[in-house]
Amino acid sequence: MSTKITPDLIAEHGLTMDEYASIEKFLGRAPNLTELGIYSVMWSEHCSYKSSRLHLKKLPTKAPWVICGPGENAGVVDIGDGQAAIFKMESHNHPSYIEPYQGAATGVGGILRDVFTMGARPVANMNALRFGEPDHPKTRHLLSGVVAGIGGYGNCVGVPTVGGETDFHKSYNGNILVNAMAVGIAEQDNIFYSAAAGVGNPVVYVGSKTGRDGIHGATMASAEFSDDADEKRPTVQVGDPFTEKLLIEACLELMATDAIVAIQDMGAAGLTSSSVEMASKGGVGFQLDLDQVPCREEGMLPYEMMLSESQERMLMVLKPGREAEAEAIFHKWELDFAVIGHITDTGRLTLTFQGDIVADIPVASLTDDAPIYDRPHEKTLPPPALSLHSVPESDDYNATLLSFIGGPNLSSRRWIWEQYDHMVMGDTIGRPGGDAAVVRVHGTKKALAITTDCTPRYVFADPHMGGRQAVAETWRNLTAVGATPLAITDCMNFGNPERPEIMGQLVGAVEGISEACIALDYPVVSGNVSLYNETSGEGIYPTPAIGGLGLLTDSDKRADIAIKRTNDHLILIGETKGHLGASLYLAEIHGKEEGTPPYVDLKQERLVGDFVRSLIQDGLADTVHDLSDGGLIIALCEMALAGQIGFDVDIAALDLPAHAALFGEDQARYLVAVSAQTAEKVLKSARDAGIIAHNLGTTGGDLVTVKGLISLAITDLRNAHEGWMPALMAHPEKAAAE
Amino acid sequence: MRSAVITFPGSNCDRDMEVAIKAVTGSQPIRVWHQETTLPDVDLIALPGGFSYGDYLRCGAIAARSAIIPGLIRAANRGVPILGVCNGFQILTEIGLLPGALMRNAGLNFICRDVNLRVEATDSAFTRQYGDKAVIRMPVAHQDGNYFAEPHTLAALEDGGRIAFRYCDPDGKITKSANINGSTSNIAGILSEERTILGMMPHPERMIDDALGGRDGRVVFESVFKLLETA
Repeated sequence: MSTKITPDLIAEHGLTMDEYASIEKFLGRAPNLTELGIYSVMWSEHCSYKSSRLHLKKLPTKAPWVICGPGENAGVVDIGDGQAAIFKMESHNHPSYIEPYQGAATGVGGILRDVFTMGARPVANMNALRFGEPDHPKTRHLLSGVVAGIGGYGNCVGVPTVGGETDFHKSYNGNILVNAMAVGIAEQDNIFYSAAAGVGNPVVYVGSKTGRDGIHGATMASAEFSDDADEKRPTVQVGDPFTEKLLIEACLELMATDAIVAIQDMGAAGLTSSSVEMASKGGVGFQLDLDQVPCREEGMLPYEMMLSESQERMLMVLKPGREAEAEAIFHKWELDFAVIGHITDTGRLTLTFQGDIVADIPVASLTDDAPIYDRPHEKTLPPPALSLHSVPESDDYNATLLSFIGGPNLSSRRWIWEQYDHMVMGDTIGRPGGDAAVVRVHGTKKALAITTDCTPRYVFADPHMGGRQAVAETWRNLTAVGATPLAITDCMNFGNPERPEIMGQLVGAVEGISEACIALDYPVVSGNVSLYNETSGEGIYPTPAIGGLGLLTDSDKRADIAIKRTNDHLILIGETKGHLGASLYLAEIHGKEEGTPPYVDLKQERLVGDFVRSLIQDGLADTVHDLSDGGLIIALCEMALAGQIGFDVDIAALDLPAHAALFGEDQARYLVAVSAQTAEKVLKSARDAGIIAHNLGTTGGDLVTVKGLISLAITDLRNAHEGWMPALMAHPEKAAAE
Repeated sequence: MRSAVITFPGSNCDRDMEVAIKAVTGSQPIRVWHQETTLPDVDLIALPGGFSYGDYLRCGAIAARSAIIPGLIRAANRGVPILGVCNGFQILTEIGLLPGALMRNAGLNFICRDVNLRVEATDSAFTRQYGDKAVIRMPVAHQDGNYFAEPHTLAALEDGGRIAFRYCDPDGKITKSANINGSTSNIAGILSEERTILGMMPHPERMIDDALGGRDGRVVFESVFKLLETA
């Protein structure tokens, strides 16, 4: 039983010698192996946020409609009528790189549990995915595995996966990003929290049995990869969506009674983090008898039980005497149910096994008193601005457009989303492929709008501006469907925080995110940090993925991107300056990543966005698209493709070089398609509000036409747009080479 | 109209089915748990989509051995209309109430999208309100919808006019490219010999209002409902 704690063993647990010295101080003695394991996971970057916590504190988290901000399993916002939306986004990057199917699947499972733990029925999933270059030898394998894993889990659980984003960039060659977001709906008077209470109350384990899978997952997720990443496969958990479905139904059934005091899912660091967090939040102690833990195999040791990340498990504190009632529900759903301990007033986590005390740790030393680091950070200096004249104009805009819209980062993601059941639950009224997905609040006129966004090119060039932009883009996407943006969840993916330049990216991005959240009344209510996304010293592009949630109070008044009528007028709202710095056009067509990202003027964002939203809510516009990657021409073409109706526009009024007008990525811009009469009205109201707006032309026909520059059949555009990803994934020679 | 929706562990379109039946017929279906042994006296029994028992072993295989199944078979023998959608269709073939089997999609991937269907039989409880050879749209969402039957079974289905729907192109042509999952003869749904049981992979319950993309799915429920009214 008594393994000697050596410096090697300490290092293997991802702890520094200084950290180990603190452990001895907290315990007043040397820890045993089980205790060392518990400290190692609780003090891991993944669980403790030790490098990021000081900075995350700066994020705005309050608004009158915020019911619960960061710190619980997920964020909670008021959506009216006594209802609440509960949501969060979380990373599952490291496991997905090692074992893409199970890594992605369990990412979905984990984020769903965060949401239904709080009493919400999950109603939508979304994913922000980032892969390496398309022709990197691992990309196809990772993409197909991740998509199959997300689908395999979400489809079976029966929660629609309604969209997300997928980018390809070489900085993710050795570290893909898999960020899963879940949204649920609950009654405000029936929300469940994790703070344990009531000395003597039973601590109950429900769900799947505990196995030896995923031991040390949290520690693995808190370290860089080297060439031995494949050897870490045993630390990846295995998902069982069928059990998750049963667990959702059983938990929601029990939650309809008043038997539960507190509940928490067993996510990263499993039984350890769930019990410690519940005890810490409640200011109580936990005494657990590990002989009672349902185990998948015989002979499991306390160390393994406490560090296992077996999936589909929950920990609850029940009111005394309610055990039988709860047990009947879990047995109906064929799930394990075991009373494994009780609450104490000691403030300690005390574990017994076969009659011995095998761990006895002050809870606060694992949470509040865990190490916090103010790591050195170096501000990223913005690159020199790009001179427009250094970017040559195209001599064939038809060809440029076809290769751009049929390229890795603008082509259709249909190949992905058709593998996800995005319609189950019968409330998806804004399907994938638009600006934001729209899901009805079941049985009401209301709907939730959901999106995820980030432009890592911008964040890399200027973390501060990139952070702003990520938030602003989600806000714009929600606005473009007619929703009022409510709040965000953030998933902060960065490299090694022990490098000052990486910490500088994190600090800069947090500042930018904060400014945007404040200016847009759009607080952060939940989030997650994933650091050490590096392989052999190469970091990813800083990627603070933002998940945005908005509310439509009347889902009949909504917009989507599809052109719906011929002879509508296409109006560009917002100012076009032709900003090509750090643009996708520069990266993909000219192979250069140079210049500053576009400036995000938050006042303009708000002014223009509020104006566009009012057009939708007043019933004046039902066809709206925001402008982002690829600029004006890409937005126009996406509208034509979605509606199968062409357009004929003239961009002379923008008074810019053609490439800057077509592909510039200036922020705070939208396109709307409205009737001729409405067009006059829109132009006038925009003028009155001090907003720049241009009537570019009209919809109709089978061609997309930009006067003097572009004339293409929609069919050709569609073949390019839809063809890229299926071709990538079907290529037989490449598959054989893997 | 009285109806029942059976829920197995892992069913996930049971609520959608309940909502659709209520929306179209105006009456609330009875929810039946798979461990019950008798079904209420109803005019329609629906087996919803989902992943009963996680699709473990074989889609529908474990659900086909549930406690409720003998009751379902008795109801079938009495001629009670039975609708199996997606996993419900898979379960009906596993029970043997419908012939054939649903194999892994030819492309191996899960497919969720709207498809065009041609109505091939309008003389059943579920399809009588559709126009003959009408082209309708409904979503599919499955990984194992590739219908297979032995040649003699197929001949019996064809000869008996028991193919309810086939995957088709927007003009109603039965083409290879419209056959999303590799089904034999583009088969999307079939009827029992007495034409009272319908199994189909597409989801009519997901196409019941314009906000969801159309109303073509309503007709399946309206047909049963109208049949009762006229009976």
